Amino acid sequence: MSENKDYKWVGTRPIRPDGADKVTGKAAFGADKNLPGMLHGKILRSPFGHANIKSIDTSAAKSAPGVLAVMTSKDLPDLPSEMAEAGESAVDFRDLSQNILAADKVLYHGHAVAAVAATSAKLAQEALKLIKVEYEELPVVLEIEDAMADDAPILHENQFTSGDSTDKPSNVAAKMKLPRGDIEKGFAEADVIIEREFTTPTVHQGYIEPHAVTASMSASGHADVWCCTQGAFVVRAMTAKILGMDVGKVKVTPSEIGGGFGAKTTVYLEPVAVKLSEMSGRPVKMVMDREEILRATGPTSASVIKIKLGATNDGKLVAAEGTLKYGAGAYKGSPMGPGCMCVFASYEIPNFLVRGFDVVLNKPKVAAYRAPGAPMAAFAMESVMNEMAAKLDLDPIDFRLENAVKEGSVAAYGPKFPAIGFVETLKAAKEHPHYSAPLGKNQGRGIGTGFWFNVGMQSSATLNVNENGSVTLITGSADIGGSRASMALFAAEELSISYDLITPLVSNTEETSYCDVTGGSRTTFATGMAVVKAAKNLVANMKKRAANTWGVEVDEVLWQDGQAVPPFSSGKNPMSMAEIAASAAKTGGPLTASASLTAQGAGAGFGVHICDIEVDPETGKTDVIRYTAIQDAGKAIHPSYVEGQYQGGAVQGIGWALNEEYVYNDKGVLQNFGFLDYRMPVANDLPMIDTVIVEVPNPAHPYGVRGVGETPIVPPLAAVAEAVNNAVGVRICDLPISPPRLLAAIDAK
Amino acid sequence: MGSVQYHAPQSLEEAVPLLKEAQKTPSRILAGGTDLLIQMRAGVKTPDMLIDIKKIPEVTGIEIGPEEIRLGAATPSAVMDESVELHRQLPGVVEGMELIGSTQVQGRATPGGNLCNASPAGDGAPAMIAAGGQCVVFGSNGVRTIPVEEVCIAPGRTSLADDEFIQEFRFPTPKPGQADAYLRFIPRNEMDIAVVGVAANITVDASGTCTAAKVTLGAVGPTVVIADKVAELLVGTKLDDATLAKAGEMASGLGTPISDKRGTVEFRHRIAGVLTRRVIQIAATRAGERL
Ligand SMILES: Cc1cc2nc3c(=O)[nH]c(=O)nc-3n(C[C@H](O)[C@H](O)[C@H](O)COP(=O)(O)OP(=O)(O)OC[C@H]3O[C@@H](n4cnc5c(N)ncnc54)[C@H](O)[C@@H]3O)c2cc1C
Repeated sequence: MSENKDYKWVGTRPIRPDGADKVTGKAAFGADKNLPGMLHGKILRSPFGHANIKSIDTSAAKSAPGVLAVMTSKDLPDLPSEMAEAGESAVDFRDLSQNILAADKVLYHGHAVAAVAATSAKLAQEALKLIKVEYEELPVVLEIEDAMADDAPILHENQFTSGDSTDKPSNVAAKMKLPRGDIEKGFAEADVIIEREFTTPTVHQGYIEPHAVTASMSASGHADVWCCTQGAFVVRAMTAKILGMDVGKVKVTPSEIGGGFGAKTTVYLEPVAVKLSEMSGRPVKMVMDREEILRATGPTSASVIKIKLGATNDGKLVAAEGTLKYGAGAYKGSPMGPGCMCVFASYEIPNFLVRGFDVVLNKPKVAAYRAPGAPMAAFAMESVMNEMAAKLDLDPIDFRLENAVKEGSVAAYGPKFPAIGFVETLKAAKEHPHYSAPLGKNQGRGIGTGFWFNVGMQSSATLNVNENGSVTLITGSADIGGSRASMALFAAEELSISYDLITPLVSNTEETSYCDVTGGSRTTFATGMAVVKAAKNLVANMKKRAANTWGVEVDEVLWQDGQAVPPFSSGKNPMSMAEIAASAAKTGGPLTASASLTAQGAGAGFGVHICDIEVDPETGKTDVIRYTAIQDAGKAIHPSYVEGQYQGGAVQGIGWALNEEYVYNDKGVLQNFGFLDYRMPVANDLPMIDTVIVEVPNPAHPYGVRGVGETPIVPPLAAVAEAVNNAVGVRICDLPISPPRLLAAIDAK
Repeated sequence: MGSVQYHAPQSLEEAVPLLKEAQKTPSRILAGGTDLLIQMRAGVKTPDMLIDIKKIPEVTGIEIGPEEIRLGAATPSAVMDESVELHRQLPGVVEGMELIGSTQVQGRATPGGNLCNASPAGDGAPAMIAAGGQCVVFGSNGVRTIPVEEVCIAPGRTSLADDEFIQEFRFPTPKPGQADAYLRFIPRNEMDIAVVGVAANITVDASGTCTAAKVTLGAVGPTVVIADKVAELLVGTKLDDATLAKAGEMASGLGTPISDKRGTVEFRHRIAGVLTRRVIQIAATRAGERL
């Protein structure tokens, strides 16, 4: 379904331009940047889950061997509370600043308190021990329901639930409500009503590459920052804001990136490294280890979600009610909003009410993770959909087809859907041989579906034509999933030249124009649009130059097979792009074209996953034995990387469902701070994930592209739980479905 | 990590003065380093001197004789796994070592290191004990031999003196009708620590009657638990389903497991029972095939 014969390049699978460097170890990642005279920075972290900071004495550390700078939050400007768009979501810069270096309070075990730069990492580490911090320990609150209780320990004395008229501080930072119709009337019409509560644990994105930065502040006050990030411009904005600098004086150069999944759209080390560099007059490098990453960088929210669903006997949804509580970690900003908007987005439901709660806890401040908020919401809703289908004795796909949103449906979150591919995706799943394959003993099959909005935002692209007609393609969009290949394919298609003639680059914040983060599954969609627009500008320019050379009207010139073709009547020969480039000096100077835009019309993405699981009923161990991810891509520009997204999302969702979870002790100290005990699936835990690319073009994109990166993590949680249910007859509503939990549930049956 | 002296003696004689020095200087024996180097990096172990024993010929290699099998203490688990003959003779001992970590880790990890790291959840020890293994311990004053079960005395602690290391393991070559097996439980399929591990070494006669048995359990106590009562139960039976069920039940009551991030007390007891039943079955089947 994915190969489109109308295109020469789009839809093909050439080798990615960054591939050879990556497999030969030449690619430079965050920690690979070294500078002469460079110092090493280390962070002192809180030993308590919640405490007031009474005092910090850094004097001994300052005079320790090799130490050139020591800093605390006192060295950062005291920012007012100010919300700003950053990446995919809004962030309060005051929170961000205090998350990087705690001011009056530490709010989680591992919260950064001070930083040291020294001539070696070892000396920096030694100096940390000399910093004296006086703490006053406070009770911790780790669970959402506990934090919402009246007598809960309060994290922020100045936080009042937004929208509530109360003067009592609360751990509930915000609430929201999304109503439609009349749920009382709706439930009264229902023949079957199911109500269940679900919980999901805190889980980490698990990117392989640790956060790393090297920063150098010049004597003239110009900061140079090298780091691994999903968006150099967002690092620039945040670093400048936190340090009170002019954005124009901060240059951020992104390295290759070893995974981000949304989490590298914020900053932890960058402003600290810049400040330490300023204080010491030397470049400073900082690299986190895995323990720091798990203890102190943003995982995604734990959740408590209640769903009540009503349907008629013939399988029509008539009413739904959802209460979604998301843990934000130490500072407000859980994905409550998108979670609430997603939970009923896939279905036409005449009456519903969604309520959301954003709750702070003594855990690290959450960061984005693939379709933030949606996997938890879908786990709950899709589990109830599966149970409802069983109760109504309907095939779970047929039941969904009966209620699926389609073009013209009004989405639960407001707008009317343009052309979308949920129905096509469901049908592709139903027709897939996997769906009807026989199962063995202790094996079960489950499905789950997923929705994600995807976003547009701002992108730019520049095409510089070299004198031989080859092209350098520059954007500021970090390549986290093969996007350079897709950008080059767009340019090759538009210019109708070979993919190999195009060198796509990701540049720094001073040498290319603005691009928002690679997040929200936007890069192939939005930056791709900018590339297409720039290429069209370039073609127009080249046609004009050829027309002038030939003395013909520009609209008589065609662009075909990488050359300008004159009208037959002119008697001229076509001019190739190489010829046009070679003569550029005489026709108006170097050939270059840029385009920038705010992309509108990001197409919603829908996916359906089919999961087969075998359970060992004596141990509670589960094995995924077959898995198929089916999703609408709109148009797959480089199908291999679309499939890669489907597979990667499925794997992360399976891990979330089966074994991943943060285990805290009652003092708020994380117990499983490494990959040994934070159990992500390893390669031999999983079968090959089969994929099917459905293509229902997004009408707002010149090639029909929809974002594909996030939707695939949404369906697996419910698909896995349903497969377990069908294997051993127990419905697990609390993730993860780890062996002890499943065994206990089997026993209780 | 401060500065560390590194020595790699090429022979047992060369090791003697180093072992003498080890009585004065905080030192560690280094085999594959897959436990030790990680502990050093984490600051948990801080030796001033490392004695790498991998270069000593007597400390690596596998020799299979009619009466005795010799396994160098610093033989990498990948080498054990590649030995067809060792697989044939002591499949359970190999199973305990070849599931360690990943392919890369197996190229380094050794049975001596696994035992002397003295983790309650170490995968190597249960099958070595069940197979009746003895350790040849080399010290600056000579050589002594002790049973494998006498090496670990508490989590992270061994009975070896500062100037001693394990040179090799010796196992009686299994007789016809004798075989072993090892099973562990982890939530994933690789790169994990045993929640419970159980080894069985079973001998059967031509009638299928069990004539000798040894069953050992890892990760249910501070050191490996030798389930003598379970073994007694098996001897004289045909290892029928009812006997195995009873053995499992008995095994699930053994040891003093703890609740931690890897499993609860109840879960460990349950799994110990299930694995015991299954591992005896596997060892018995293998034993029958060796008659
Ligand atoms: C990624 C990873 C996964 C792992 N998975 C597992 C697993 O699944 N199961 C498991 O049981 N273990 C596992 N381990 C732990 C480790 O690999 C094993 O315990 C291994 O067998 C240790 O052997 P080594 O030779 O590397 O020991 P070393 O690290 O060299 O030594 C370990 C300890 O034993 C001492 N020592 C070593 N040899 C001798 C000797 N001959 N005489 C006296 N003392 C000695 C050392 O001084 C040290 O204290 C894993 C480790 C890693 C890094």
